[in-house]
Amino acid sequence: MSLLEVTGLRVAAADGRELVRDVSFAVDAGERLGLIGESGSGKSLTALAIMGLLPAGMTVAGGVVLDVPGLGRTEVAGLAEQRLNALRGRAATVVFQEPLTALDPLMRVGRQLAEPLRRRRGLRGAALRAAVRAALTEVRLAEPDRIAKAFPHQISGGQRQRVAIAMALACEPALLIADEPTTALDVTVQADVLALLDALVREKGMALLFISHDLAVVSAVTDRVVVLKDGVAVESGAVADIVRAPAHPYTRSLVASARELDSALDLAP
Amino acid sequence: MRRLTLVSGCVLAGAVVAIAVVSFLWLPYPPEDTSGGRLAPPGLPHLLGTDKLGRDLFTQLMIGARIALGVGLGSVALGGLLGVAAGLVAGFATRWLDDTVAVVLDILIAFPTLLLAMLLVAVRDASLGSAILAIGLAMSAVVARLTRVLVKRVLAQDYITAARTSGTSWRRIVTEHVLPNIWPTLVVNLALQLGLAVLAEASLSYLGLGPPPPNASWGRMLQEAQATVLVAPVGAIAPGVLVVALVVGVNLIADGLRDVADPTRRRTR
Ligand SMILES: Nc1ncnc2c1ncn2[C@@H]1O[C@H](COP(=O)(O)OP(=O)(O)OP(=O)(O)O)[C@@H](O)[C@H]1O
Ligand SMILES: [Mg+2]
Repeated sequence: MSLLEVTGLRVAAADGRELVRDVSFAVDAGERLGLIGESGSGKSLTALAIMGLLPAGMTVAGGVVLDVPGLGRTEVAGLAEQRLNALRGRAATVVFQEPLTALDPLMRVGRQLAEPLRRRRGLRGAALRAAVRAALTEVRLAEPDRIAKAFPHQISGGQRQRVAIAMALACEPALLIADEPTTALDVTVQADVLALLDALVREKGMALLFISHDLAVVSAVTDRVVVLKDGVAVESGAVADIVRAPAHPYTRSLVASARELDSALDLAP
Repeated sequence: MRRLTLVSGCVLAGAVVAIAVVSFLWLPYPPEDTSGGRLAPPGLPHLLGTDKLGRDLFTQLMIGARIALGVGLGSVALGGLLGVAAGLVAGFATRWLDDTVAVVLDILIAFPTLLLAMLLVAVRDASLGSAILAIGLAMSAVVARLTRVLVKRVLAQDYITAARTSGTSWRRIVTEHVLPNIWPTLVVNLALQLGLAVLAEASLSYLGLGPPPPNASWGRMLQEAQATVLVAPVGAIAPGVLVVALVVGVNLIADGLRDVADPTRRRTR
């Protein structure tokens, strides 16, 4: 029994264009799956469909089943908003690509982080403040007190993404969906944030659906990968197998470009 | 610089507020007192002289401040409450309800305030209440349209999606994210509307649609002084100066508020 089962997922825009076509995959408890594909291939829409949060007007077909111990087995598509909302956060939650826009610009960071802690653990007052501080420390933010009092525009991009990760972890989800969590960050910060995410997800035994367009990044974090092209899952399997013997032309070009980058680094004086 | 705007706005508008407050406690003459004789020149005992019926101009000016502020604040309260409520409903509504509200609002906005005031006066009578009702109703359509757009814009933001992926309830999304984020723009707009309402009250009174005597109104004072403006200019100039002071003051406050209300625009020290 898988934690998340996506079977024949289809997403169509309001005008009928098919944006995701017949995508299927499963994620077991504690497992890590990569979802890789170029920009516009439907990665984010797949993530939103899992959360039941597709933009208004889009239609979804196929099955998304979340089976979380303690919450039961639930079919996401067609579920009433109230039942969906009870599922969100606990069954799965998302870390988004752009940490600046994913945080409310008018709310202090500490207060935003407090919201899931309050809801999930029922904390109030001093205990809540202590938990906020602890959550900020956990994502290796020095000066947690200053950051808690800051507005999002007053901290750096890397710090913002750490806050977003802390907020997602505070929900204690069974499945964490990371939608290109490092794409908006500069390269040195990317490696740190990736290592942090990797360590914390392992520590907490969460399952991870890791979305990226970068094969090198995906292979560093996940064991299995689904390759998406124009809304279609063209290939899937163990990362090692796919890197060794890519079957689909698009996958081949992905592997080739990752190799090229690698050897360029090796050749650099 | 911004502070200067806010301070000078407060000084101008504050002067009018002070006059209005004092008018409740003390007036130089009873409003109906005509003992001074017609069109007495400025000096003593009538500081600004008297009008063509022999009433003390300074007394009328003070009562006019009370009426202008009363109608201004009253209609902003009414228009703000109705407008924000309708705008929130429309902003959250989906397709047909939203479209209906949008069309109704456009029609209401196209409907001239003066015509609305005349209809109301015909049905009720020319009174303080009718003026507030007419101006407030007309204003509510403008405020509702703005609120609707602001709500839609906030709801499309990533941080709303992010909050929803963690299972935040709609109620908390409205109170914690939507209202705080539309508030700065709304407050500034309501302050501007206050200035417009003061002007609207003066116009209605000028046309005889405002509150009747013994309430003095700046608009009616202007109208009454019109015939004798060459022999007794003070009767027209004084209420004009106060209208301008109040409207300019309120607009300056609106401008100054823009920055106070929005932390991302506050200058970091
Ligand atoms: N709200 C929307 N309305 C209509 N079409 C949309 C909407 N959002 C996304 N799309 C379209 O759906 C397709 C897939 O979008 P999606 O955001 O899932 O891509 P992605 O794989 O996440 O890309 P990226 O790597 O750039 O984030 C794109 O062609 C996009 O234009
Ligand atoms: Mg995306």
